Amino acid sequence: MTPFVTSSPVSVPEVSALVCFLLILLVPFAGVGLALIQCGLGRARSAAHAMLAALSVIAVAAIVYVIVGFAWQGAAGRPEHVLMVGGKTWGWIAAEPFFLRGLRLDLSPAALVVLLQVLSVGLAGLIPLSSGADRWRLGATCASTALLAGFTYPLFAHWAWGGGWLAQLGANCGFGRGFVDGAGSGTIQAVGGLTALSITWILRPRRGKFSDEGLPAAVPGHNAVLVLLGCLFAWIGWIGLNSAGAILFLGVEPARVVLIAINTTLCAAASGLTAVVVTRVRFGRPDASLSANGWVAGLVASSAAAAFMKPAAAIIVGGVAGIVVPLVADVLEFQLAVDDPGGAVSVHAVGGLWGLLAVALLTDAGAPGGQWLAQLVGMATLLGFVFPLSYGLNWLLDRVYRQRVEREGELQGMDLSELGAGAYPEFDIHGDEFLQR
Amino acid sequence: MKLAGFLLLVAGWAIVVFAVALLPSAGPRATFVLAGVAVELLGFGLAVRSHLVLEADGE
Repeated sequence: MTPFVTSSPVSVPEVSALVCFLLILLVPFAGVGLALIQCGLGRARSAAHAMLAALSVIAVAAIVYVIVGFAWQGAAGRPEHVLMVGGKTWGWIAAEPFFLRGLRLDLSPAALVVLLQVLSVGLAGLIPLSSGADRWRLGATCASTALLAGFTYPLFAHWAWGGGWLAQLGANCGFGRGFVDGAGSGTIQAVGGLTALSITWILRPRRGKFSDEGLPAAVPGHNAVLVLLGCLFAWIGWIGLNSAGAILFLGVEPARVVLIAINTTLCAAASGLTAVVVTRVRFGRPDASLSANGWVAGLVASSAAAAFMKPAAAIIVGGVAGIVVPLVADVLEFQLAVDDPGGAVSVHAVGGLWGLLAVALLTDAGAPGGQWLAQLVGMATLLGFVFPLSYGLNWLLDRVYRQRVEREGELQGMDLSELGAGAYPEFDIHGDEFLQR
Repeated sequence: MKLAGFLLLVAGWAIVVFAVALLPSAGPRATFVLAGVAVELLGFGLAVRSHLVLEADGE
């Protein structure tokens, strides 16, 4: 099959490329934030395991992405395999060589895309970690991340960012300007969040989380300070991610980074504050972990549209995220028996999908008409293709290599079970006395 | 039931993709995209329900 070039490359002048490079260097802070949040929301007896798993996930994701991921994802204006349907070309997968062969790693747009992706594919990999906390084996975590970084993520990223068929919806069907996802509400966050749902279903709940009657027990996170500090780190990282993503994937002029930084901040602020109010009304006092999740959900929702929203719209997007996320977290735990210790499904999957929808509802991103259809097609692809693919791959992995730790290991804690030493050797670690037997 | 749920998810997505690629005019295209999304939601509901049944059975 002969590869075609069906899209134009994004033009980034050299000075802008340097600005973009510096913004990309902020992205690892988002990873630091997510790692701290998931560590703090987990049990003390699994804290070292959680941080080592985060490092391992970032490492595996970066290596696998460089070996095969970019070969499937590519970048706009570079060769891809296409299908001819109805006289139109639809890009479905990139045609790059493995190991980044033949790609000049300088300040060119394609090289900057590679750099941004090497750093941000790890973010997508970190998201499922918090849903599998306290029971997901380290080896299985790495294997699952390899599947995510090697197949699921690059495929959808090509469709959305690499000039693939979702990006072509505008040109081929008149759906606005095609699927718009500036910095990954769908491509990073929803992909990670739906993978997190797959993982919770495959791993099943922690022992003692649900009683025989199906009532959930509260298993509090061990360090709220880490969680809230993580939110601040994530904020810095997200400003870099949203700005660099908008420049590289949407072709916005670098001067827009000011608007993007303001919108990112407003989204997180509105979402965090709304979550504080919602939990205050619901429980009588603000809940620190749910409010932190609200903050992150605002960041997640801001990613798709930060470059196109007016600041007032950013506050609305964040406010809605802050209302929806705590409620969805409740429904998942109380109604649907999903044990998601870090709230990854509600924050990243639901927050990400809301961010994609907000592009059509609250921004001037699209040409007149049809943008909502482009966004809907993208969301349908996440739910109808990415989620089954992710579940299927992880289900197969579980058949070959059991992902959940043994019963004794779970009771011991992941630190002692898998690492042989705890994170806090000089402190007493609580047992399971607060769980239902 | 879980398999049926996932098959419906994929079937809904297939309806969306074929509507986008094959239908020539905007009206039918939008209708079929919405229909595909509805099928997906049905499949997702079924998958969620099957998960609940498995939990209740303690499998």
